[in-house]
Amino acid sequence: MSALPRAVDLGLIACTTCGLVCRNVPGHPQLDGDGIDDAMACPRCGSTLRRRKPDSYARTWALLIAAFLMYIPANVLPIMRTASLNDIDDNTIISGVVELWVKGSPDLAVIVFTASIVVPMLKFLALGTLLVTARRGSSWALVQRARLYRLVELIGYWSMLDVFVVALLTALVRFSVLSLVEPLPGVIFFGLTVVLTMLASMSFDPRLIWDGKDTDD
Amino acid sequence: MGTSSPEALLICEHCDTVYRRRPLARGEVATCARCGAELERHHAMSTNAMLALILTSMIVFVQANMWPIVTLGLSGQHSSTTLWGVIIAMWQEQAKVVSVLVAATLFFFPLMKMLLLGWLLWFGKAGRRAPGFVPLMVALHRLGPWTMSEVFVLGALVAIVKAHTYFDVTADPGIYAYAALTLLITIFAGVDLRQLWDDLPERTA
Repeated sequence: MSALPRAVDLGLIACTTCGLVCRNVPGHPQLDGDGIDDAMACPRCGSTLRRRKPDSYARTWALLIAAFLMYIPANVLPIMRTASLNDIDDNTIISGVVELWVKGSPDLAVIVFTASIVVPMLKFLALGTLLVTARRGSSWALVQRARLYRLVELIGYWSMLDVFVVALLTALVRFSVLSLVEPLPGVIFFGLTVVLTMLASMSFDPRLIWDGKDTDD
Repeated sequence: MGTSSPEALLICEHCDTVYRRRPLARGEVATCARCGAELERHHAMSTNAMLALILTSMIVFVQANMWPIVTLGLSGQHSSTTLWGVIIAMWQEQAKVVSVLVAATLFFFPLMKMLLLGWLLWFGKAGRRAPGFVPLMVALHRLGPWTMSEVFVLGALVAIVKAHTYFDVTADPGIYAYAALTLLITIFAGVDLRQLWDDLPERTA
């Protein structure tokens, strides 16, 4: 695929904010540099120009690990308490899914399971795989890995589903002693997990997938 | 000049491949030959049409936030809530983090997005850059994936089904307003707002 030139080889940088294609100009106050350590600013929107997102590996790993640490209490601790006259019931994410499956509707149970369990796990596995393979400069399944990253970015925020469900039920079910729903700490950890995984996928630079040794053959 | 005329080249954000730009036909989408990511898509919508949609979204947004979303009934008692009811309830129930998350992703960020777009398009209609065009365009870009109204609609559906086991559930107008808002958001998802940079060039005074 040598017919497809890459910006890094041509001395061009695309502004990630506005998309402007910029060229390195020695002596120019804003455009002199290589876009790695020195500050270059996009002439159109003023954002910092960088060849690659800064410290992409370190930042993504840090955010991903932090997200995983939050994900453990999010699953172990209950996210919601349902209290009625003589019964207190604490729900975890997975018990909520089971309850939906048994009492409500199995199709919604599948949706919640996907949003709360499958999507976060997919993000951990996918971003972890991308980080490891990109660091190695692996040329394995390049197009598929690029597609995987786009998938992670696209579906990431749907994990917020369970947080909204708990919030809505808390506000709705307030029948004094008869029936009450309260949020429990698990939901806070889960909300943080979602935010951290979103930040992690944003700090990963998909161009690193293609920066390996033999991507231009 | 440090910029090689912006119209001429295009760089794939996902793999750094450089392309020569060519005009797209109606409805055409340019994708990267190396990684398959979308490069650019043709703007099928005029500025006026977008402005009309933004105004509609604003009206629907006000309704979605003022009208109750769902009402529950239990032995003669009724309880309903709006989005702000949810935010306040979470704050009072010691889940302040969640309260802030809900307020940001379902109220403040969508509101900012609509106001920014409305402002930029209002001036764009006359072919001019709105005051504060550059920082506002950057802000619009940063808001990116942090608006989650469509997730909330699905969440409301799940909450209704869960509550249905124990209570009488009535869907209120707010939920329909939210559904309409989701539809409008989906239409907007297909619009590449970056084209405003090219459509409205800087006036060299």
